Amino acid sequence: MDDFLVIDRISKSFGPLRAVDDVTLSVSRGEAFSLLGPSGCGKTTLLRLIAGFERPGSGRILVNGQDITALPPERRPVNTVFQNYALFPHLSVWENVAFGLRMSRRPREEIRGGVDRMLELVRLSEHARKRPAQLSGGQKQRVAIARALVNRPQVLLLDEPLAALDLKLRQHMLKELNTIHEQVGTTFIYVTHDQGEAMNLSGRIAVMNVGKVEQVDTPERLYETPRSSFVATFIGDANFFTGTAVELQHEGYVRVMVEGLGSPLVLSNGAVTSNQTLRLMVRPEKISLTLKHPPSGERVNAFRGIVEDIAYFGSHTRYRIRAGEHSILAQLQRSRFSGGEIDPARGTEVWMTFHPDEGRVLKLEDAAP
Amino acid sequence: MTADHQRSKQWLLTLPSLAWLGVFFVIPAVLIIITAFRPADLQGGVGAGWTMETLKVLGDPACLPVVWRTVWLGAASTLVCLALALPMSFQIARVGPRLRQFLLLLVVIPFLSNFLIRIFAWKSLLHPEGPLTKLLIALRLVPEDALLLNNAGAVLLVLIYTQLPFAILPLYAAAEKFDFGLLDAARDLGAGPWRSFTKVFVPGVRRGLISAAVMVFVSALGQYVIPQMVGGASDEMLGNMIARRVFADRNLPHASALAAALLLAVLVPMLVVTVWQRFDKKEATA
Repeated sequence: MDDFLVIDRISKSFGPLRAVDDVTLSVSRGEAFSLLGPSGCGKTTLLRLIAGFERPGSGRILVNGQDITALPPERRPVNTVFQNYALFPHLSVWENVAFGLRMSRRPREEIRGGVDRMLELVRLSEHARKRPAQLSGGQKQRVAIARALVNRPQVLLLDEPLAALDLKLRQHMLKELNTIHEQVGTTFIYVTHDQGEAMNLSGRIAVMNVGKVEQVDTPERLYETPRSSFVATFIGDANFFTGTAVELQHEGYVRVMVEGLGSPLVLSNGAVTSNQTLRLMVRPEKISLTLKHPPSGERVNAFRGIVEDIAYFGSHTRYRIRAGEHSILAQLQRSRFSGGEIDPARGTEVWMTFHPDEGRVLKLEDAAP
Repeated sequence: MTADHQRSKQWLLTLPSLAWLGVFFVIPAVLIIITAFRPADLQGGVGAGWTMETLKVLGDPACLPVVWRTVWLGAASTLVCLALALPMSFQIARVGPRLRQFLLLLVVIPFLSNFLIRIFAWKSLLHPEGPLTKLLIALRLVPEDALLLNNAGAVLLVLIYTQLPFAILPLYAAAEKFDFGLLDAARDLGAGPWRSFTKVFVPGVRRGLISAAVMVFVSALGQYVIPQMVGGASDEMLGNMIARRVFADRNLPHASALAAALLLAVLVPMLVVTVWQRFDKKEATA
């Protein structure tokens, strides 16, 4: 990591509310990075702090080694694509894109060349003379991106770039944003509440909750090895169990006694001691269902339950299974090669199994009920 | 409901205001224009027959400086009012709802007291023995023998004072609809606070700006109480001239000719503005 954009212990309060609480992040040059979290988690405030619209209560922000914490927005090497695009309604598309270059008083030739090139990049050259009101949502979005990128910012901030678009357009723009990022190679920081967007757009994601960063990781690692139950539920669905570590095995496996279910073997995050209370997490699609008792063995986690509810989603089916106190969600993909087992009906007794590598022990401070 | 039905309903709704306009504006205006082509009689009434003689009053060399003064006082007071009202409406639109209500109340409060009384208040403020003059002399902001009353400066000052609310209110109405997020965008793109204001806010409220300019300029053109009360003998405006033709010369046709000329001078710019705003709106949404 080359520490291109550094957010160093930044805090920002609005009255009694700590919107951003001691956040430290580091982003590499050219990276596509996402700030992900529910509304009110502080991700937008963090974005506004980087852009310069808010001043932090404490902490520093550095871009390429330069401390920009005290700079006003107009003097930061950072540009923003606003959620509602914020295009200037009184200017044409061309003039909107030229605005930044004009403000920095670049020579006329450079402005013309830069704007034309940018409009070509976002494929809007033939709309150059239109007013923003005459454009579609996707076109406005591309003008906003061109208007920001034409200034060659060190960091491009994108605030919920797809939120205002309809589903179809959103999928198209996802691809488009990735293409643009590849072409210009600028550091992109996305702010989004949509996990799918974040996973599609960025190499790494910072998951935020009540002003703090819960975890920074690649989409895959966030999904596969979330460190807190917040991350586990915000990205995908999860089953949680509280239990006690009863047997520590080699290579980081631990057997956990879960009241009313059994003693599954799972992969721990390391620092687990015997008799410690733990929180376990298993993703619904990691659980397989069989009608017959699965072949037993040391490394097989198998539990019995009764199908309580079935929800068919086309690409997959979700089963809610009751096992004593526990209500467990399992997700199966219907496949022609699933082994000829008939689909379990409501009220059927089934066996749930999952591999020890698919069970996770979550952050320990999280184990407290 | 058919479109025709809808339209007739709309006409019904606008009928009262149309009737009001007809009775109190169109008919008097037409009467004034008709009177302008009548000869005067010696009793101060309107004689029989028709004449073009009255139009000569417009070419009266005594008239020209008055017209010129009316125009420059109107233009100057309009410019100052807009310059003051722009930042004011900007701020009023930006503050929280409670403070906004309060500030708007402050803008409208002068209307609660009588216009003449407020002008009299200025007269005593600006009087050589008045508190404002004394204060300014004490602060050494004006020389000790300064005369603040009965000159063109006093007329301009009171014109600005009277008309400022008419500039603030339409500008505020435009500023309230302005998307202040655009200023963030301007700052983000490298414009400082001043250039964000002039390059984005001012064009953003340009319709309000035009409305305010018309409101202020037109009402300034018709003023005659202010120059009469705080102006000097040589600060007469067109309104005073018309009043003099009516009350001193008792020549209604001459007064009508002047009034009709003023009416046209006001209506033409308003018409131009209306057409321009239509065009602007069409272009923005096309």
